Amino acid sequence: MPQYLLSVHSVDGQASAPITDEQMQQFHKQLGMLEAELKSTGAWVFGGRLHEPDTATVVRVSNGSVLTTDGPFMESKEHLGGFYIINAEHLDAALAWASKVTACVMQPIEVRPFYNEAEAEAAWSEAEA
Amino acid sequence: MHDVDPNAKIDKAEVDRIFREASGRAVATLIRVFGDIDLAEDAVQDAFAVALRKWPRDGLPPNPAGWITRTARTLAIDRLRRESRGRELASEEAVLSARPDDAAIPEEVGPVQDDRLRLIFTCCNPALAKEAQVALTLRLLGGLSTEEVARAFLVPEPTMAQRLVRAKRKIKAARIPYRVPEDHELPDRLHSVLAVVYLVYNAGLTSPAEPVLCSEAIRLARILATLMPDEPEVAGLLALLLLTESRRLSRGRADGSLVLLGEQDRTRWDRALIAEGQAIVRWCLRRNQPGAYQLQAAINAVHSDAQTVDETDWSQIVALYDQLLVVAPTPVVALNRAIAVGEVHGPAVALTLVDQLDLDNYHPFHATRADLLRRLGRSDEAAVAYQRAAAMAPTDAERDFFRQGGRGSHSPHL
Repeated sequence: MPQYLLSVHSVDGQASAPITDEQMQQFHKQLGMLEAELKSTGAWVFGGRLHEPDTATVVRVSNGSVLTTDGPFMESKEHLGGFYIINAEHLDAALAWASKVTACVMQPIEVRPFYNEAEAEAAWSEAEA
Repeated sequence: MHDVDPNAKIDKAEVDRIFREASGRAVATLIRVFGDIDLAEDAVQDAFAVALRKWPRDGLPPNPAGWITRTARTLAIDRLRRESRGRELASEEAVLSARPDDAAIPEEVGPVQDDRLRLIFTCCNPALAKEAQVALTLRLLGGLSTEEVARAFLVPEPTMAQRLVRAKRKIKAARIPYRVPEDHELPDRLHSVLAVVYLVYNAGLTSPAEPVLCSEAIRLARILATLMPDEPEVAGLLALLLLTESRRLSRGRADGSLVLLGEQDRTRWDRALIAEGQAIVRWCLRRNQPGAYQLQAAINAVHSDAQTVDETDWSQIVALYDQLLVVAPTPVVALNRAIAVGEVHGPAVALTLVDQLDLDNYHPFHATRADLLRRLGRSDEAAVAYQRAAAMAPTDAERDFFRQGGRGSHSPHL
C-alpha cells in the first residue's frame, strides 16, 4: 500500500487567533476522533506534533568528524509543526484524509508520496548510473 | 518513419485523421493494461509508424482503431521484453506475467467503465496545475504532438515537454489514480474536467490559427456526453461549444479583426450546429437541473434564435443571466448581465451597474464602459475607456478594434 506524508507547516510570528479553553478542548476532541478513524481504517502508520524548532539539534560530518550544533537545520520562518504518515490506496484517498486534517487543524497540509521499495531501488540505480 | 512514396501522401493524411480519432482510445486502453503512461504513448506511436508503412501498401484494415490498439499492445509487450533483456532483471516470462498483472486496475465501482473517461479524470486531477491538466489532456486524449500543444499555448516546445514530463512523473510518483471518481466526489472532479475542455475551446477561439483546438474540445465534449449521458452540465458544455462554434467563422474578418455579434452575417452561422446545440439546451431545460454551462448555452441559444440582432429576446437573456449570477456569482457574469440589461433598459442603467464592478484589470470591462459612454454621447470619457481597453487587449485584432473606437453597439464577448 502506498504511503504518504501529511505535514503541517507553521509560520513563526503568525499568531493564530486566541482561542478559549472550550475551543481548545473541542479541537483536541476532533483531532482525537480523526486519529481514531485513521487507526480503525488501517490508514494510520505514525504521527505526532513536534516541539518548537529552537529545541532542534543538528549533527553533521565536518572535516571527517561529527559536529553537533544547537538549533534547526535551516533558519526559516516556516517550520514543520507535525505530521502523519498514512497508508492510502492512491493520491485521491490521501487527499481525502488531508482534507479532514486541514479542516481540523485549520492549517494547510502538504501531502507527499513516499518511494516504495521498488521505486527506491530504481532511484538508487539511476543515481549510481 | 515517413513514407517517401508520393502516392502514399493522401494515405498519410488519412492515417493522420485516423490517428486523431483512435490514439486517445488506444493510449487509454494501454494505460489500463500496463499501468504506464510513457509505455502506452510510445507503443501507440510505434503502432502508427507501422500503420504508415503498411496501410498505404495493403489498404486499411476493417477496424483501424481496433487494429491500432491491438498492434500497440503487442509492441508494448515487445518493448517490455527488450527492456527486461537490457536490464537483465528477471526472466522474460516473469516480467511478462508480472507487469500486466501488477498493472491491473481494480473493477470500477462507478457507473461508467470507459478507459478514456478514466484517463481524462487522471489528466484533470486537481493535484495537477491547470496548465498541466490541459497539456496532458490534449497530448494523451487528443493525440496532439508536444510541438502542437506548445504552439497552441505560445510556449516554447522544450518548456511544454518539461511540463508534460513533470506531470507524468507526479502521476506516477504520487499515484494519481486512473479511475472515474466515485459519486460523492464527482461534482467537484467533473467541474475540473469540464473547465479543461472549455479552456481548450477558448484557446482555439482566441488563436484562430489553431482551429484544431476548437474541434478537439468539441470532440472531447462529445466523448464526455456519450460516456456520462446523465450529467446535465456535460450536455450543457457540449451545447455551449456547438452554439459558439456555429458562429466561429463569422466572428473574424479576413484581416483577422473581430466582428461583433450584432454585426455578424447571420446567414453564415452554421444551422446544423445551432439545431444540435438548441436540441441539447431543450433537453437540459426538461431535466431542470441548471448549471453554469447549461445557462451559458441557453443564452447562446437565444442569440441563435434571432434572425437579426433586433429580434434578440434580451429580456429572456437578462432572466438567464439572473440565474447564471446565482450559480456563478462572478463580476464577469455581472458585466455580461449588465450589457443585456442595457439592451432592455438603456445604456444609462447599464452603466450604473457596470460602474459598481471591480474589474479594472479586465479589458472587456473598459470596452463595455466605452461602448455605453459612447451611446450616452459622452465621447471624451468613451475615448479614454477605449484607450484603456486597447492597452490591455490580448490580441492585435482586439487592440485594433478598440483603437478604432469599437464600431457597433455590442460587446465582442457576448
